[in-house]
Parts: sequence; C-alpha cells; structure tokens
Amino acid sequence: MKTQAEQVVWVQAVSYEDLAFNTGKTIRYQDEEVALFKLRSGKLQAIQNRCPHKEGVLAEGIVCDDHVFCPMHDRKIHLPSGLVQAPDTGCVKTYHTRVDDEGTIYIGFPTSEEMAC
Amino acid sequence: MTVKKEKLVLVGNGMAGVNAVEHLLKLAPDKYEVTIFGSEPHPNYNRILLSYVLSGDSKVEDIVIHPYEWYATNNITLYTNQTVTSIDTVTQTVTSDKGLTVSYDKLILATGSNPFMIPLPGADKEGVMAYRTIRDCEIMIESAKKYKKAIVIGGGLLGLEAARGFLNLGMKVDVVHIVDTIMERQLDRTASKMLQAALEEQGIHFLLEKQSAEIIGDKRVTGLKFKDGTVAEADLIVMAVGIRPNVALAKEAGVECNPGIIVNDYLQTNVPNVFAVGECAMHRGIAYGLVAPLYEQGAVLAKHLAGVETGPYEGSILYTKLKVSGVDVFSGGQFVDAEGTKAIRIHDEFTGVYKKVVIKENKIIGAVLFGDTADGTRLMQMIREETDISGMSKTSILTDSGGGSGGAASGVADMKNDAIICGCNGVTKGTICSAIRDQGLTTVDEVKNCTTASRSCGGCKPLVSDLLAFTLGDSYDKNAAKETICGCTTHTRDEVVAAIRDKGLSNVREVMNVMAWKNEEGCSKCRPALNYYLGMISPETYKDDSTSRFVNERMHANIQKDGTYSVVPRIYGGVTNPTELKRIAEVAEQFNVPTVKFTGGQRLDLLGVKKEDLTAMWEALDMPSGYAYGKALRTVKTCVGETFCRFGTGDSMAVGIELEKRFERLNTPAKVKLAVSGCPRNCAESGIKDLGVVSVDGGWELYAGGNGGVKVRVGDLLATVKTEQEIIEYTEAYLQYYRETGKYGERTSEWVHRVGIEHVREVVMNEEERKQLCERMDKALSVTQDPWKQAIDSKKIQRDLYEVVEIK
Ligand SMILES: Cc1cc2nc3c(=O)[nH]c(=O)nc-3n(C[C@H](O)[C@H](O)[C@H](O)COP(=O)(O)OP(=O)(O)OC[C@H]3O[C@@H](n4cnc5c(N)ncnc54)[C@H](O)[C@@H]3O)c2cc1C
Ligand code: SF4
Ligand code: SF4
Ligand code: FES
Repeated sequence: MKTQAEQVVWVQAVSYEDLAFNTGKTIRYQDEEVALFKLRSGKLQAIQNRCPHKEGVLAEGIVCDDHVFCPMHDRKIHLPSGLVQAPDTGCVKTYHTRVDDEGTIYIGFPTSEEMAC
Repeated sequence: MTVKKEKLVLVGNGMAGVNAVEHLLKLAPDKYEVTIFGSEPHPNYNRILLSYVLSGDSKVEDIVIHPYEWYATNNITLYTNQTVTSIDTVTQTVTSDKGLTVSYDKLILATGSNPFMIPLPGADKEGVMAYRTIRDCEIMIESAKKYKKAIVIGGGLLGLEAARGFLNLGMKVDVVHIVDTIMERQLDRTASKMLQAALEEQGIHFLLEKQSAEIIGDKRVTGLKFKDGTVAEADLIVMAVGIRPNVALAKEAGVECNPGIIVNDYLQTNVPNVFAVGECAMHRGIAYGLVAPLYEQGAVLAKHLAGVETGPYEGSILYTKLKVSGVDVFSGGQFVDAEGTKAIRIHDEFTGVYKKVVIKENKIIGAVLFGDTADGTRLMQMIREETDISGMSKTSILTDSGGGSGGAASGVADMKNDAIICGCNGVTKGTICSAIRDQGLTTVDEVKNCTTASRSCGGCKPLVSDLLAFTLGDSYDKNAAKETICGCTTHTRDEVVAAIRDKGLSNVREVMNVMAWKNEEGCSKCRPALNYYLGMISPETYKDDSTSRFVNERMHANIQKDGTYSVVPRIYGGVTNPTELKRIAEVAEQFNVPTVKFTGGQRLDLLGVKKEDLTAMWEALDMPSGYAYGKALRTVKTCVGETFCRFGTGDSMAVGIELEKRFERLNTPAKVKLAVSGCPRNCAESGIKDLGVVSVDGGWELYAGGNGGVKVRVGDLLATVKTEQEIIEYTEAYLQYYRETGKYGERTSEWVHRVGIEHVREVVMNEEERKQLCERMDKALSVTQDPWKQAIDSKKIQRDLYEVVEIK
C-alpha cells in the first residue's frame, strides 16, 4: 500500500496545453524519472518511469483508460495506484500532480522516503 | 479464542512441499503454524522454468512462485539457506546446520532429489557440474562468458534442454548419450530420430552410443575421453544422467527408504506424524521426477493434514513435453508397442509430423507426438479417464482436437475438481472453472491471465479451452473465442473489418463504441490492430492514431532494453556509396553512438541513442527512415547478381532497389522482408523471406510466405514471371492481398499457411483481381510520407514524442 508522503516539493513540469493526450512525457528531477500522462478524460497521472518487471520505460507505453501497458513485456499498470495488474505483481511509485491557474503542471516529489509502494 | 495451533514443519522449500502447504493453507488456514526450511538461498521457485532462464527467455525473478511476501502474509516462518541435518522422531524436533531446533506436531519431508554424478575419474575437476538449481544455472551462464565448448552427458529431457541453453549462450555443445536414440525413455525410435534431426539442425551435436571413461584436464576439465579411446574437447561438462531421491536425512532418522522414502496412499511414512512428498518419496514402488504427479500427491497430503475427506493417491500417469523452442515433442503413458497393443500412426515426412497412439483393449494407454503436439493434453485425458474408444473412428482420435466424438469436453466433465490442468503452474480444474464463472471469463487468454494456467509451456491450452466449453456451455464458441481480437471484444478480426467497411467507421474509438467494446479504450492488443485495419481500409482518409501504436512505430526508432533507441537509415537494396557511409559515420561520431552494427538485412544500425537526440540525429543523417521497427516493409536483401557475380543471370541489385523504393513505408499486418537473388544459388536467402525473388533461366521465380525467424518456413513458389515489371506487379498484388486479409500481427508465413498457397496463387494469377489489388496498393502507397522528415519539420511532434523535461 501507498502511504501518503508528509512532505512534498512541488516542481514545475510542463504546461497542460502542451501535453498530448495519452502520450507519456518523460520528466527528470534529481535522481527520479517520472512518466507524466494526460488521460483522455483530461486527468493527469504521474508514475515512476520504470516498470518493476525489467525496467521498461513506461512513458512509452500504450495508454488505455487509466492503465498503461509496459512497452517491453506488456505488463498492465494501473496509473492511479501504480499497481501492476494480475496475474503479474509489483507496483511503481505514484506522484501527485496539480495544475495552477496558468495551466502549468506541477509534480509533487516526496522529500522523505515514506512514499513506498 | 485461544485454540492452540499445531506445528507443521516442512523440510525442503521446493515445488512439491510448498505446493502442498499452499493447498493446506487454503483448506485450513488456521490449523497450523508453519515453518519451512530450505537449503537454497531463494524463496520457492519453479524449477521447470530453469531451462528458460538458461536459454535466456526468463530471468531468475520471473520464475519465483512464492515471493518472500507470500510467506509473510501467510505467517509462515521461512529459513532459507539452512539445511535440516537431523530429525528426532521421539521428541519430534528437527535441527538445522545452523544449530536451530524446532519442534513439530507434523513433519513433511520434501527434500527432492540429488542429481546423479557418474563417478568417472576426473569428475572432481573444475567445470564438471550438475543441472538442478538456480545456482547451477548461474554457473552455466557465467561459464559461457569465458568458455566456448560444453559437453552434456545424457540425452534425456534435462540434457537436451541444457544443451539448447548452451547454444543460446553462444557455446558449442555435444550431447553424449549411451544408446543410439535420445530421450529413449519417452520416445519411440521414429520420434527420437526426428527429434535428433531437428536438434542437429539447431546446432546441437550428438555423440551417440558413447560410453564416457574419463574426464581429462589439469585443474579444469579440457575434454572427455570415451571407452573407445576417442576424445571430445570440453571446457564445461554437465551431467544430466538421472536423479536419486534425497533421503540421507530421513534414513538417518530411521524413516524407511528403498530407495526413496516409502509412503502409503496418504503420503505417510512408517514413522508417526512424518510425511513425505515429491521426488524424495517412493509410492507403490515409483519415485516420480515430474511436477504434475508431485502436485497430485501434494493435494492428497494437504487434504489429509487439513482433516478434509480425501480419496487415496493412487499413482499418476506420466507425460512429458520438451521445452525447446522450435521442436514440439510430447509423450505420455505407455507408448512402446507391446503384446496385445495396437497403434495408430501418422507419419508425414513432408511436414515433419509424427503421431502415434497406443491402444490396448479399446483404451488408449500411451501416445507420442512429434511436430504437432496439440492433441497431447486431450490424449492424456483419454488415457487417464480410460475412455472407451471402440465407437470412435480410429483416425479421428488423432486429428480431432475439438470436441467431436463426445470426447474432449465430456472428458473434462468427468475430471475431479482438484485435477491438475496446468502442470507447470499447478492450476486445478476447480480453480479454472470458478474463475471462469466468477469473473466472467470467455477466452483462453483471459483464463491464462487470471489463473496463470497455460502460461508456462502452453501444453494445457486445449484443456483450458475444453473447460471453457464445459463451463460456459453453448455460449462458448471455441473457434470464435479463439479468434477474437483480444479480451476487450467478442468480435473476430473479420467481423471488425466488415463493420468498419459496412458502417464506414472512421476511428479507433468509434469502432470500440459501435462494436460494444468491454473496455472503453481497449488494450495494447486491439488498439494497434484497429489502427492498422482502419488505415488499410481507408488509406487516403484515415488519420493514423499514434497513441494506438507501439513505442517503436510511434517513435520511428527501436526502443532497446535499456530505454535507449536505435536508428537505422534506409539503404535501398543494401547498396550504398562512400558519401552515404561517411555521413552515417560522422553522425555516429557527432552523437556519440556507442555501437554501430550491420543488421541482418544489410543495413547499419546505430544503437544506444537517447530519445531526446533522435530528431537532431535524423536531421543530420538526412536519409529516409529504414523502418527497422515497423509492421511494414523492412528491407530488401540482395546479392551482387549479374553485375559482379560469375553465376548471376539477373540484376538482383537493381530489382531489389526498385522493390524497396516501391514499397518503403507500406504498413502491413506484420513486418515484411524481401530478398532478390541473381541466380538459383540464392545467396540473398530468398527462400525464407515474406517474398523472395530468384532469377532463373529466362525469368524470375517468386516465393511467398517464407520466414527465417522463430518458426522457420520455406516459401512456396507463388509465380514465375518474365519481366522485372511483372515482379513489381505480382508483388503488389500479393502484398495488398496480404494486407487486406491478414490478421494484425500475422506474418505472411502464418497467413499463407492459413489461407493456402493455392488460394493466394489463384488470386494473384487472376488478371482482373491482380489489377484491382495493384490499384488499391497504389492508393495505399500514394499517401505515405517519411516519418523522420515529418518529425524534423514539426515542433509539435518533437515536443509530444521526443522531448524530455529536465528539471533543475
Ligand atoms: C532444469 C530442470 C527442468 C525440469 N523440467 C521439468 C518439466 O518440464 N516438467 C516437469 O514436470 N518436471 C521438470 N523438472 C523436474 C521438477 O522440477 C521436479 O520434479 C520438482 O521440482 C521436484 O519437486 P520437489 O519439491 O520434490 O523437489 P525440489 O523442487 O528439488 O525441492 C527440494 C528442495 O529441498 C531442499 N532440501 C533438500 N534437503 C534439505 C534439507 N535437509 N533441509 C532443507 N532443505 C532441503 C533442496 O535444496 C530443494 O530446494 C525439471 C527439473 C529440472 C532441474
Ligand atoms: S545468388 Fe547467384 S547471382 Fe547472386 S551472388 Fe549468389 S551465385 Fe551470384
Ligand atoms: S535481435 Fe532478434 S534474434 Fe536478436 S535477441 Fe533480439 S529478438 Fe532475439
Ligand atoms: S519491463 Fe515492463 S513488462 Fe517487462
């Protein structure tokens, strides 16, 4: 289970307008790499950019509803929870996102190690 | 409530023991406090799949059955890397090599077996080993990096899988076997010889009727000497000559063994409260060495320990399947001819298929299948159920893999709920049926995804299909269900294509809406397929949906396993010039490309490029995309032909270049490779291409549906034509017909096999049809554009697909 991180730094990523639907964007911040998605519904989802199976690059996966399929071996990952779908197991970190009035997307990076999955 | 739990100790963290515990936990979750000891430093893993780890198809972490969390969640105390060294059956305790003593109320011994090592002189040298554990597997993989030549002693199942693994690891390998047929305990002579030929084709070398005498070398082995005086070189020797039940611990404690731990029908030993299961156990005189029977034993033991009523374990009928890609072998029951038996045989030397079913008193008692093993599980079922076949037509027993003759589906009906359907993963009939019912599954794939049945070797697929038929009744249409595009829909490819045409559907989401897809946005299987069908049907109006393309096709570069990309510029017909070469070299330098490789299709592959560098690199290259990534025309391989070759009669280079220029960028159901050879010597290997062209006396031969990939297939002669113009015309018609009737993902080799070469020939030869196909091909080609150029010209494409945002 995911425990909510207490402390989050919000960093400015890209503009909401400039993000293509259902196409992952790679965001690097310090040591972390995030795959940011704008779903067809308009919702944003951000997850760790490496598949727990063999580190497939998730930003490059096919997005269907709120799942992304890993481009490497097709593991199906639930974007809101980061959980790999059965029969496979595992999970990826998820990140909070928010959009300001200007339409800029921010991604929340936890400052503590608490955001395990 | 304080009901005191009984203490259950399991010695041996392997497949049989842990499976029994798993069952037990389901039946009586609160009855026992479980402790498990295992000598190996791993959680429970699937030993069967080691061969896939060795061959590089799986990684160690892929074959773990129960990860550490499983033990934790089920409150099991697990001691890995710890060997139980003594049992005190009076005080009921076990003690480990680390000095830990644990008491038990019930004890299960599941210590498996030890590989048998022939006591040859020199067997203690470095580089002589067994093949049993993850550790062995790792040593073999490590050795392959340093050493070049392996010998496997033993031509049985295990030895052959090891040998295949060595080939994959890039080593040369000899298989030494004492008699003149391999897998002689599972195969009859005909099948054995066919298997040998198939494996020789793959590169395994056999030394049959050879008795090993001595292992030679100083510290490390350098070779193997035989009784006949000959010597074979080796820097690694694996013995795969059999196993011995691992009973030292049991014997020491006074548990009766001969040679395995003697158990009764409830897996009890002669010592109270001590049970044995798995390869270490000997039941009615038999110690089993395969997983399926061990799981059957485990199921009985679990019920017994749970206090649930259960019938006795009465022994198992064995079956085996060799896990080597490219060869399908199955054998089960008693398959050798004997007095009072009759056999049905099918032996098709053209397709390399051999099937034999042994019958005694109107019952099938054994079978051997080579080349086509689809019937295996069904036949096993008939053997187990002792189906009376007197009413069946003899040949239909073999060829009817469907329900027919009241056979299969009713076969599964009679099976008990705890019968194992999938031996690799130990999935029972009950589990599968309730998953089908509770989760509304309708296809084999869905069952696979939900229950893992048929996920490993796939041998049980036909049975899973029968279970679907049995559980869903008439609503399950075997053929239709197999054919649906994916689990999101009940529609077949043909139905979808017809609907797109008839209803004029114009985009992926519309198809899903109109055809009542179960998932609103589909999945990674149907989305790319629909995108292809839509584009194929309306090339001029359909707007390609990049979000429905796999990463390679969306990015127009091949993603590599480390997340970098490779760039392959088009080199028409494999012919280039110094200017082009220089440019490629310069770009490779400019972008620090770590590896430049010639591909199998005569082009240069620039490997290890970062995604954010791709567009700049293409701009600098200023060459068209080679489509090395697409379900599209890849390359046209050519030989040097009449221009340079002393045998050449046709201008293979010119024809190849012309074909490549004509069909580059064409979307097809699966990748398409072409080749042109200047004479029947066929140096461009035209026989194993989707379309191969060969210059012959007075014209050209066209070969269709060849493939050099996983399943090698030699192309069929499609047509013989006179002129180069005709080559183009026939190729257009052929490829367009494939585009229109092929399933997405289906290579021409599979497609030609499915629809029949005669049919394709008829279509292509028919002048009127050919003309129309060519016209439609013309349309499809008229709108293509080079994707690299598009990316260079479009800031939006660059931003959407290739940009990486670095913060700070
Ligand atoms: C490479 C390979 C391929 C195979 N392919 C197939 C196949 O395709 N189909 C098939 O049906 N079967 C196959 N088999 C056979 C199958 O794996 C075995 O039949 C099965 O694993 C046996 O299960 P088990 O639990 O009895 O023994 P194991 O799985 O061997 O488990 C026994 C465990 O007990 C541990 N142990 C032993 N003594 C002690 C002790 N005193 N204290 C603590 N721990 C101890 C051992 O370290 C071992 O981990 C294959 C085997 C190998 C090696
Ligand atoms: S196929 Fe014939 S023409 Fe081409 S290189 Fe070989 S021998 Fe020469
Ligand atoms: S390039 Fe082809 S053959 Fe080589 S490792 Fe990859 S898939 Fe296998
Ligand atoms: S790396 Fe993601 S599925 Fe294998």
